[in-house]
Amino acid sequence: MAVLRRSQTTSSSLLVQLCFLSLFCSSSLAITTGNGGGYTINGQVKIPGFGAKGFGLPVKTNNAKVTLNGGQRVTFLKPDGYFSFHNVPAGTHLIEVDAIGYFFSPVRVDVSARNPGKVQAALTENRRGLNELVLEPLREEQYYEIREPFNIMSIVKSPMGLMIGFMVVVVFLMPKLVENMDPEEIRKAQEEMRNQGVPSIANLMPGGGRSN
Amino acid sequence: MAMAMKLSLLLLFFLSSLIPTFSLFEDQVGFMDWHQRYIGKVKHAVFQTQKAGRKRVVVSTEENVIASLDLRRGEIFWRHVLGANDVVDKIDIALGKYVITLSSEGSILRAWNLPDGQMVWESFLSGSKPSKALLTVPANLKVDLDSPIFVYGGACLYAISSIDGEILWKKDFTAEGIDVHQLLLPDGSDVVHAVGVTDLSQFDTYEIDVRNGELLKHVSASFPDGIYGEILPISSDKFVALDARRSVLVLISIKDGQINLQQTHVSDLVHGSSGNTAILPSKLSGIFSVITDTFIAFIKVTNEGKLDVMEKVDKMVVVSDALPLSEGEQAFALVQHGESKIHLSVRLVHDMSSNHLKETVKMDHERGFVHKIFINNYVRTDRSHGFRALIVMEDHSLLLLQQGEIVWSRDDGLASVIDVTTSELPVEKLGVSVSKVEHSLFEWLKGHMLKLKGTLMLATPDEVAAIQKIRLQSSEKSKMTRDHNGFRRLLIVLTRAGKLFALHTGDGRVVWSSLLQSLRKSDKCTDPIGLKLHQWQIPHHHALDNNPSVLVVGRCGLSLSASSAMSIVDAYTGKELHNMGPAHSTVQVISLPFSDSTEQQLHLLIDADKRAHLYPRTPEAAEIFQRESENVYWYSVEAEAGILRGYAVKGSCNLEVPNEYCFETRNLWSIVFPSESEKIIATVTRKANEVIHTQAKVIADEDVMYKYISKNILFVATVSPKASGPIGSATPDESLLVVHLVDTVTGRILHRMSHSGSQGPVHAVLSENWVVYHYFNLRAHRYEISVIEIYDQSRAENKDVLKLIVGKHNLTAPVSSYSRPEVTIKSQSYFFTHSVKAISVTSTAKGITSKHLLIGTLGDKVLALDKRFVDPRRSLNPTQAEKEEGLLPLTDALPIIPQSYITHAFKVEGLRGIETVPAKLESTTLVFAYGVDLFFTRLAPSRTYDSLTEDFNYALLLLTIVALVVAIFVTWVLSERKDLQDKWR
Repeated sequence: MAVLRRSQTTSSSLLVQLCFLSLFCSSSLAITTGNGGGYTINGQVKIPGFGAKGFGLPVKTNNAKVTLNGGQRVTFLKPDGYFSFHNVPAGTHLIEVDAIGYFFSPVRVDVSARNPGKVQAALTENRRGLNELVLEPLREEQYYEIREPFNIMSIVKSPMGLMIGFMVVVVFLMPKLVENMDPEEIRKAQEEMRNQGVPSIANLMPGGGRSN
Repeated sequence: MAMAMKLSLLLLFFLSSLIPTFSLFEDQVGFMDWHQRYIGKVKHAVFQTQKAGRKRVVVSTEENVIASLDLRRGEIFWRHVLGANDVVDKIDIALGKYVITLSSEGSILRAWNLPDGQMVWESFLSGSKPSKALLTVPANLKVDLDSPIFVYGGACLYAISSIDGEILWKKDFTAEGIDVHQLLLPDGSDVVHAVGVTDLSQFDTYEIDVRNGELLKHVSASFPDGIYGEILPISSDKFVALDARRSVLVLISIKDGQINLQQTHVSDLVHGSSGNTAILPSKLSGIFSVITDTFIAFIKVTNEGKLDVMEKVDKMVVVSDALPLSEGEQAFALVQHGESKIHLSVRLVHDMSSNHLKETVKMDHERGFVHKIFINNYVRTDRSHGFRALIVMEDHSLLLLQQGEIVWSRDDGLASVIDVTTSELPVEKLGVSVSKVEHSLFEWLKGHMLKLKGTLMLATPDEVAAIQKIRLQSSEKSKMTRDHNGFRRLLIVLTRAGKLFALHTGDGRVVWSSLLQSLRKSDKCTDPIGLKLHQWQIPHHHALDNNPSVLVVGRCGLSLSASSAMSIVDAYTGKELHNMGPAHSTVQVISLPFSDSTEQQLHLLIDADKRAHLYPRTPEAAEIFQRESENVYWYSVEAEAGILRGYAVKGSCNLEVPNEYCFETRNLWSIVFPSESEKIIATVTRKANEVIHTQAKVIADEDVMYKYISKNILFVATVSPKASGPIGSATPDESLLVVHLVDTVTGRILHRMSHSGSQGPVHAVLSENWVVYHYFNLRAHRYEISVIEIYDQSRAENKDVLKLIVGKHNLTAPVSSYSRPEVTIKSQSYFFTHSVKAISVTSTAKGITSKHLLIGTLGDKVLALDKRFVDPRRSLNPTQAEKEEGLLPLTDALPIIPQSYITHAFKVEGLRGIETVPAKLESTTLVFAYGVDLFFTRLAPSRTYDSLTEDFNYALLLLTIVALVVAIFVTWVLSERKDLQDKWR
């Protein structure tokens, strides 16, 4: 909104303040000349879901800060989300918004002496130009992992679950497998076992001949 | 088959964890981290106790914090950290609901909502020239205006509506040339008095209409002797000032538009005063106080204009401002320091002779003297006045006194940490069990069952709370003995107040604190400031009976040539073992890698005359140093002149008094940067105690690269002088950032690289064979992070197996710092979203674990970024082999994953530094971030591969084992029965 400040703006205090600073009320622009030779950058931070209500930002954004040029100046948000930097020299500046829980892209703002009032602002993250200096978070930030709700698969997948599963397979499925085998073959195998006595590793090795 | 499945699942698990982040579940907060919030040394305090509801005190501090504190317990209701250039001048409360702050030399006025700290309005006051900043909030103005507040700043007087910050009127004083000292609003009148001095020799008072800012009256009187300090009002028509020679008191009284000056010699009033007289700024009606070298005198001004000395008190007494009571009565407080206690007395201005209230409060002598006092009153049930006093101590702590007791205290010295080091805890003695064994097996099992429920998300909210409690109360982590994993340590921090604190890493509590005698204000050392902390004695093998100790180096004054002050402090008790008073100056402290038979580390202190002083001053240390002195090299950075110099030891000092611990130095090399094109803005070197596991780096296709791991690499960043200002002050064409890698033994520049169109500030970290640095790219108008890796080319041929067999390799060749290294450099740059305040890297005990960069962002959060994201070998399309090696495809920007903020939802307000300390467990590193807040956590950059996590579920393991045993028995019984049946058949 800050770029083309319409006369029917609701925030009269800001307008008055702006008039004071710019010394001419007809100015309807976000970047205005101050009497110290510098310019004033006005903008707004909008956080969806809350910004619409205007007043009454959540406690979460209470501590939101707006920083110019990596810490050169720091300002805070008014209840309606507006902020301003005064006495800024002409040049290309960087504005960063810091609010816990949200990710804001830094904004490049050109303040030029040649055409005062014309805002050239662009998000540096995605190079999107801004027509007005309204900053919105690119995304919400979630600092914690979310615990998966109880899931039987998570137990099964855990090492201990796998152990139990393996055991169950051995205990209950193996006998079934054995039962399904041909009784003749089982007898044969059992006889072999008896002949061999203790099975040795040599028997299991491929090509290992019968030693006895 | 099951095995195969298990294997594949395990593989899947490992694959999914390829890029580890420090993700944390919300219920794990406070489990291995702690966060402490501070505000700093209080400058101003305003009480808000009139209305019903929560009683609070609003303070502004030297850390540029404004905060609202609970008057009952001292907790922070809300707090804002203002920008570094936006220093708070004055605070007050208007309308009973807004906190008004005036900052930036009277050019920014802000109102904050008292209950929640939301900024309500902000006014920019564009003054014409710098001046004093004054703020007056009239209590009861009988004028039909929407409650104005009066601000003087930038040589203009403003009336500002306290409702919306609108400027009602402005009166410019630039033309008058007056320097306003006081703004007065006499009760019930509608005139503002601006009282000040013109050209230091004329006293002026302007009367201005409250309604429209019109000048009503101007009276002046010249005072040729000049004025020292400020004019102090005594009543609405009487003022007192001191002449420029500080020997004559001038009483200024205005009667019927005439100014009457009356001079009195200070020595006539009080005997034994010398030149250092000053008027204290306490505003008491009819009384003012004068401080001399030895005492404070309270002087009463009678209606006839006579000065009467009422009382003389000791110079160390601290006087509060006047507190208006009912019926025009005023009270003020005096605090006197006694032996381990302080005496607080409250007096009424009209009745100075007796103490209205006298209390004695026991005070820990480690808190030092009282620096400031603010008082507030309350009405007792018997309708008499009770008083509470907020006092600020020498160690910057804040205490509330009421009824002779300390109600609460805050260690706000911890908001200004200068340096950090760590110390091991004592070894647990045999036979002495400090830890409490778990109460019983049942309790233990119950706890783990609860945890199991928690992990399965089956727990009720009550149970979740119980789990949290069990976790936080685990007595293990706050024990006062060494642990196997090396998680428990003492963090020893030096604060700006010259106080040393030892914090336990388990829960962040203060184990001991000690106000260092060497860093206290004294006649010899008038402006002491702490500089550095070094490990002095680290008992390992020989001197195990000794406690470890730390060396604190400070300086008596701001200039580099000021004499230094040193202390050696026992790390277990906080006792000051040695205290070396003002000695030679100290510009640089070098910890040498040698220690004597009692395991005291040798230190070299370089003074302003480039002499080296050896500590400890023992013959043994001197002998060790003489032996090794040929191999001692160091460098200095003269940022202003743009010169780097390398030094070595030459021989003993040529002093009149022979001193075997003082050495002359010789300049070995210097690098002079051309001042018209390069200005040094950052230098960084490797941490001296860093451990590197291996020089070899196995890359794709079983190839090997050798890291160049010299301890003597210095990273230097320079910018063109035009671009040394803030962002926005230079165009891309005129800014150039150049980075250099310099060998500090030979002075050789190993590598030089320039980034055109870039500028500082540069934050860098150097570790192993790489350096990572953060700077601003003006062309893209984004921040960038670049990495440089250095590889040793001279060892590259060793890959040939044939040569190895024949013996034509140089693996056994000695490594020398003098040799000219053949190095290859790899470099890459990436965009990074945020501004950076500090950058650091994780460090582990053996250097095997992969590294993470710790980036302190502008939002006062600490981001952990895997070093693999800043690997110069990343390419757009990595080959299959490179993918297997774990090389990530190249992206233009570094990812910011919210879960990898190690400070999670906390902020370390005013972040200044990040310190990492290896734990004994190889996978883990301890991280301490400090600023106005303190934050500690421990990290496992490659997950805890060498231990079970703390929330490992023993109950589930036990359950599995029991189930297995039961199953074995069941199957055994079943098989027996089956056998029997088979046999009967």
